[in-house]
Amino acid sequence: MPDDLNWAIGGEAGDGINSTGKIFAQALSRAGRHVFTSKDFASRIRGGYTAYKVRSSTAQVESVVDRLDILIALTQRTVEENMDELHEGSIIIYDGERTMMEDFEAPEGMIDLPVPLKSLAEDAGGAIMQNIVALGAACEVANFPIENLDEALEKRFGNKGQSIVENNKEAARLGEEHVQEEYDRDDFGYDVETTDSDYVLLNGDEAIGMGAIAAGCRFYSGYPITPATDVMEYLKGKIERYGGHVMQAEDELSAINMALGAARAGARSMTATSGPGIDLMAETFGLVATSETPLVICDVMRSGPSTGMPTKQEQGDLDMLLYGGHGEIPRFVVSATTVAECFHKTVEAFNLAEKYQTPVYLVADLALSVTEQTYEPEEFDMDAVEVDRGKLVEESDIDTWLNDKDQFQPHFPAADGVSPRTLPGTSGGAHMTTGLEHDELGRRTEDTDVRIEQVDKRNQKVRTAQEEEEWDYREFGDEDADTLVVSWGSNEGAMREAIGFLEEADVSVRFLSVPYLFPRPDLSEEFEEAEEVIVVECNATGQFADVLEHDTLTRVKRINKYNGVQFKADELAERITEKLDTPQEVPT
Amino acid sequence: MSSDVRFTDFKSDKQPTWCPGCGDFGTMNGMMKALANTGNDPDNTFVVAGIGCSGKIGTYMHSYALHGVHGRALPVGIGVKSANPDLEVMVSGGDGDGYSIGAGHFVHAVRRNMDMTYVVMDNRIYGLTKGQFSPTSREDFETATSPDGPKQEPVNPKALAMAAGGSFVAQSFSSDAQRHAELVQQAIEHDGFGYVNVYSPCVTFNDVDTYDYFRDTIVDLDETDHDSNDRDAALEKISDDDTEYMGVLYQDDESVPYNERHDLDSNMADIPDGAPEDATDLVREFY
Ligand SMILES: Cc1ncc(C[n+]2csc(CCOP(=O)(O)OP(=O)(O)O)c2C)c(N)n1
Ligand code: SF4
Repeated sequence: MPDDLNWAIGGEAGDGINSTGKIFAQALSRAGRHVFTSKDFASRIRGGYTAYKVRSSTAQVESVVDRLDILIALTQRTVEENMDELHEGSIIIYDGERTMMEDFEAPEGMIDLPVPLKSLAEDAGGAIMQNIVALGAACEVANFPIENLDEALEKRFGNKGQSIVENNKEAARLGEEHVQEEYDRDDFGYDVETTDSDYVLLNGDEAIGMGAIAAGCRFYSGYPITPATDVMEYLKGKIERYGGHVMQAEDELSAINMALGAARAGARSMTATSGPGIDLMAETFGLVATSETPLVICDVMRSGPSTGMPTKQEQGDLDMLLYGGHGEIPRFVVSATTVAECFHKTVEAFNLAEKYQTPVYLVADLALSVTEQTYEPEEFDMDAVEVDRGKLVEESDIDTWLNDKDQFQPHFPAADGVSPRTLPGTSGGAHMTTGLEHDELGRRTEDTDVRIEQVDKRNQKVRTAQEEEEWDYREFGDEDADTLVVSWGSNEGAMREAIGFLEEADVSVRFLSVPYLFPRPDLSEEFEEAEEVIVVECNATGQFADVLEHDTLTRVKRINKYNGVQFKADELAERITEKLDTPQEVPT
Repeated sequence: MSSDVRFTDFKSDKQPTWCPGCGDFGTMNGMMKALANTGNDPDNTFVVAGIGCSGKIGTYMHSYALHGVHGRALPVGIGVKSANPDLEVMVSGGDGDGYSIGAGHFVHAVRRNMDMTYVVMDNRIYGLTKGQFSPTSREDFETATSPDGPKQEPVNPKALAMAAGGSFVAQSFSSDAQRHAELVQQAIEHDGFGYVNVYSPCVTFNDVDTYDYFRDTIVDLDETDHDSNDRDAALEKISDDDTEYMGVLYQDDESVPYNERHDLDSNMADIPDGAPEDATDLVREFY
């Protein structure tokens, strides 16, 4: 992709790396370029290496690659950390006057571009703007009109007053001018194209939050945890506009129980957490299922077990989501595969929960949650959002659902497993629900026949849903290829791009990205048609590969990554060829 | 809400399996009376119960109800009330449920001050698991798991509630039917979190904190000059280890409940059949 520009800023946590990166990403997006960002951060507030990477192109980009064209290095370590991705012609912008970079010399073939970031920032009104000076310099290097930055600076600093905005604009301009005066732009070989497209830029957590509001979610309770917190932060300040509420709970046990209470009162309700929080919610998860309360529980996976690596990518919770909890719990497990799908799958999760009165695990992973990505706004089509509240009984219909003693039957064993539901406040519909085994009225029972009837009823919902809903996959690549690659979660983006790299090496693959983890599509036929099946996932043991082998009675090959970093497109292409019987060299 | 509701309308047709003489009968009757007296009916009432003998209350009452997992009833009640402020929300459970496994939620529910009622059936023992010591058991109380007594201080739940900024803290005794119903009624009428600890004797496993013991020792605050609006006076009574009190220990008439502070006044169940009309604005905010 000739038009690809890979840019990064790196330094210490607390250096404003994230906000600077976001400003640049926004500037590119405002200039009609597609953007895909990734973050490399440690679990520390101050200190510790942090980087924000922006890949951008006029075509849509959905993954990271092992390549950096322009690097703003606020520390020496930034250069060391990214050495593998730098190449001939990469430009390193740094502060030549800062002691830690004094002896810095760009490695061979790379262009060393010292800019007095701090002193120029001071000229503009304060050292704190050194990153913005660097952004101005980067614009000049890339031949990217600096005016595009202005809008992004307005957006970022507008609420702090116009003078702050002006100072930042000035800082950017001083950076630009310095490069103009000291260097010749033609030496750099970058010429970034702009278009007049209008894109929106958002991350997976924000897409989940937006999807929730669109779907009618009005109550959210959560306990802060990386990387799920952004869902709560997005909703806070927005959900209120629609009469909703965000409740910061005292822990995850409380969070899921509050969400359950709100759902029981009739609100579309959600909680979001990450692995450790899912463990704490497991007990109530069973209660949600047995009380037949519709609830969406979002797991934004991070690296585990225990507190693991909180700021790193992993897809290690699948077994927990599929099997977690004592006893047997009917459930749905739906997973987003891209940032946009975070929106769509959230809407779907709410409908599934209410149609089947069942808990739904909505799954995302750290790579999705922190990735900011551009889309055409039409991708989030609000008119297409449907709200299906399932078998909700109105007051006028209540008589139909009462037994001969005028009692409402919340667990009536309907053939499809789904009983009618009344919301509290509905006259004549009062009833209780419980985590104890119960009869159709919700009353505790240990009667053997009733036990079987109610267990079957709850499990029937999953079978009904299996028949009534589409449990499909997203398909890419060559549908006749002998090699079938399957993945779940955020790997879709890297894999889609890997298909292109593989084609260049004359390797064609058929790729299925599976968003439904339970129930899931039956891939037996697809597996039979293929000569080789490779399952790609970010965990060590191949949890998804295991379930697919179990479903299809077919052995698969596995590509696993569990160092805490998401797959990159070129890396994935290479690892796929290594798995083939006749490995190929991949040109990247 | 209909005015002709009688307290028996809150009774379910399920016969309680509590031991004959258990304090929980009286506690429940008082709760039902208080609900009826405050003009509620089963269809606008939501009862959340914890796990324990006490937690069975949701089964024996007729209303909208959820019988949850051990210790987590309060958060459920908070969720219910947030989603539909028109509901009368009453949470109930035991001392183990509320002050042991659910102690964290108790403190936070008190300080959140949602407009709801919490009635704890305090029998100073674990009944349902057949007689182990509970957080309110005395230091020397002998049980199967404490043959020489727990050898630790009992928690003082009313002090805990005061420390957390409780806006209505009361103590009741299940066998004083009239007084008990009155106190629960006052808790319901209070704007904010109405908390009532009820001495609700376990006749099977606790032979120390018995009806006789409470009858002989309890002092009705109405017969003293206690001013329930006086925080210091309340703290003094609550930390008096030698006397069991009955009545409203503390009430803050100025308290503004969480739901009012956060403008939770709409029924969140009412949503459009598609995305909200202006939802496209949400997308535009990402430009
Ligand atoms: C997570 C969990 N742990 C333990 C139990 C077992 N359990 C049931 S009731 C109970 C104690 C109940 O004591 P209390 O709340 O005082 O109620 P009582 O039975 O005395 O009314 C325990 C420990 C449980 N149900 N769930
Ligand atoms: S064991 Fe105690 S608390 Fe439980 S029902 Fe019997 S008397 Fe009541």
